[in-house]
Amino acid sequence: MKFSLASLFAGLVFGFGLLLSGMANPEKVLGFLDIAGLWDPSLAFVMGGAIMVGLVPFTVSRKRTLSFLGFQMKMPSSTRIDKRLVLGSLTFGIGWGIAGFCPGPGLVALGAGEIKAVVFVAAMVAGMGIFEVIERNRAKA
Amino acid sequence: MIEIAWNNFTPWSALAGGILVGIAAASFLLLNGRIAGISGILGGVLSLAKGDIAWRVAFLAGLIGAPSVWLLVTELPTIEIKAGYPALIVAGLLVGIGTRYGSGCTSGHGICGLSRLSLRSLIATLGFMVAGFVTVYVIRHLLGV
Repeated sequence: MKFSLASLFAGLVFGFGLLLSGMANPEKVLGFLDIAGLWDPSLAFVMGGAIMVGLVPFTVSRKRTLSFLGFQMKMPSSTRIDKRLVLGSLTFGIGWGIAGFCPGPGLVALGAGEIKAVVFVAAMVAGMGIFEVIERNRAKA
Repeated sequence: MIEIAWNNFTPWSALAGGILVGIAAASFLLLNGRIAGISGILGGVLSLAKGDIAWRVAFLAGLIGAPSVWLLVTELPTIEIKAGYPALIVAGLLVGIGTRYGSGCTSGHGICGLSRLSLRSLIATLGFMVAGFVTVYVIRHLLGV
């Protein structure tokens, strides 16, 4: 229960941040990705601000085994740089550049009642489903 | 030569929003010991990991509910979606598949991963940023859409 409440809180604040920053507005995102046109560098400040805040907590928590609410710390253990990582990220970037949506802003815009965001999220969930099916078949083979 | 769109430049709201995102990611880490990676949280719901669904749904509910809570205080900022439906579907599929293969998106790799100085996340972030820049260049300046 505590775990879910903290999750709800984090999701909510995350959503506020995406709205306030302009990340939830695809046209703004595309203006950032369009260096060859009239470039709007604003969104560099989103990542800058978030990392500025995150740097100390993420560094300090490296040594912890339990969170402040007493849950097991579950940090990614993989350090492998492989084909999956690179091709997956490139594929994601192409999709991001086509519509200006990445997963978080897509969900926030859906919550704002944008029909086009509903379509984007549905396709994204379908894409994740396709991944699950491929992975399960691979595991069986 | 890069030309800046000064009329659209909003460094302060971008920075303030980024700080909120950072607070969300940091509190999720410190309270729950997890990475606030949205594609991973959503993907985990779909893979139906047992006993692991409730908090994922709670996080996503917060994210999706944010605009409604925001509206209690003030009007929503502009959300302008110019892409047509076919483009949105192709984009969604690529984002869904790509983030799962690459084990993360802008939040997990770009914010949490870079905050913990992960080389793997740096490579992923460079990957999707470069792909995003190139894609927009091709669509807007080569195809002229």
